[in-house]
Amino acid sequence: MSLVLPAPDISRALTRISHEILERNAGSNAITLLGIPTRGAHLAKRIAEIISKIENLPIQVGTLDITLHRDDLRLRPPRALMPTMIPSLGVEGRNVILVDDVLFSGRTIRAALDALGEIGRPKSVQLAILVDRGHRELPIRADYVGKNIPTSISQSVIVHLTELDGVDEVLIEGSSE
Amino acid sequence: MKHLLSINDLSKSDAISILDTAQELARVSDGPMKKLPTLRGRTIVNLFAEDSTRTRISFEAAAKRLSADVINFSAKGSSISKGESLKDTAQTLQAMGADAVIIRHGASGAAQRLADSQWMSGSVINAGDGTHEHPSQALLDAFTIRKHLSKGGSDLSGLRVAIVGDVLHSRVARSNVLLLSMLGAQVVLVAPPTLLPVGVESWPCEISYDLDDVINSVDAVMMLRIQLERMNELFFPNAREYSRYFGLNSDRIRTLKQSAIVMHPGPMNRGLEITADAADGARSVIVEQVANGVSIRMAILYLLLAGSQEIGAAL
Repeated sequence: MSLVLPAPDISRALTRISHEILERNAGSNAITLLGIPTRGAHLAKRIAEIISKIENLPIQVGTLDITLHRDDLRLRPPRALMPTMIPSLGVEGRNVILVDDVLFSGRTIRAALDALGEIGRPKSVQLAILVDRGHRELPIRADYVGKNIPTSISQSVIVHLTELDGVDEVLIEGSSE
Repeated sequence: MKHLLSINDLSKSDAISILDTAQELARVSDGPMKKLPTLRGRTIVNLFAEDSTRTRISFEAAAKRLSADVINFSAKGSSISKGESLKDTAQTLQAMGADAVIIRHGASGAAQRLADSQWMSGSVINAGDGTHEHPSQALLDAFTIRKHLSKGGSDLSGLRVAIVGDVLHSRVARSNVLLLSMLGAQVVLVAPPTLLPVGVESWPCEISYDLDDVINSVDAVMMLRIQLERMNELFFPNAREYSRYFGLNSDRIRTLKQSAIVMHPGPMNRGLEITADAADGARSVIVEQVANGVSIRMAILYLLLAGSQEIGAAL
């Protein structure tokens, strides 16, 4: 198991992503952050805190559970549902930024787009990700990336966050062969 | 788990996971888009050999919100009324490729029979069998009680629930006693001795013959339907006397705790076990029970049908 992102790097990456989001959306007026549970939800909350410090304004932040839209439901035992919390202004006409920890096959994000479509019609949907590990199976890319980490398909990327695991770190398990 | 036949099949954590799933699914019912693709391509048969409004429509709405195909099948207007056996009916449904059968039947144990037989391979969900059990009703009652009274807790510990009326013929009461006590609630059955089944002393609940004795100490009072078709069997002298001793009226509502709720599984006999002002009053959650029923049934269908059966379900 090797450490690829220590805590200070994670914090710097989230700060940079926050600035990029502000730059690209010309301020924080129309943005809504939606984290995908469980770790994406915590990352979204952290990014929202950083942005609201920069802008001195509260940020619309919530969570979006995608379980019911997964395409692999039938391949596994049923999963527990996670909370969906849409912030007060909804998603209609907003620039929605989806936040997740790892971007891999892209199937989670496809499910998230479907889940979002049931709630409303955002003006745009963007994607922020802490780690992009490659191996996409769908035509999906991230707009904001914490770090690109090339991996082999047999490795796993493990994200630990203080809120859940007591420590901030990204690890890679398994050999690259 | 493949089938839902009895509350006894569930562990406490299974029951809580159904309630938690229903809580998330309730949000879908509140949203602008009430449809999810989760069970697309699955076929669910509503096999109702006994009359029902709420349960059948509720299961149908739940299945449709999850995009399953629903086939309604009731005794009237089908071959059951020509005397077709349960076995032949089941084999017909199997041949049509039913992934799940929701069965309501007058015979206690009919759902169990269907599940144990090799007549069909799909899931069986008990929607009421004779005087035995009605697990989805108990789950929606527990969901309603938890939502109003548990103050964020996951179970019902510390709550006291009275179930009042015809316990003898009530599958709702049986399932509720099992489920509510499993979730930590204190259950007290209130009925005339003639309307309590033999062996009720061994159930995990208290028993009282006096509603006024109990009513000021409970957090929820659940009224059971007096089955009018059984009125001539002399379980009590007459309807007026039953109403006076065991009916819920506005005087008794006033003696309830400030936070207490009034429940009824429906259909109600207004003026018999419950007066109109009690049924429509501020304490009543009877209409909400129906809405919660859809969420609970979505959760049941999701947990039984969405995942892979081969690997073995999380439930």
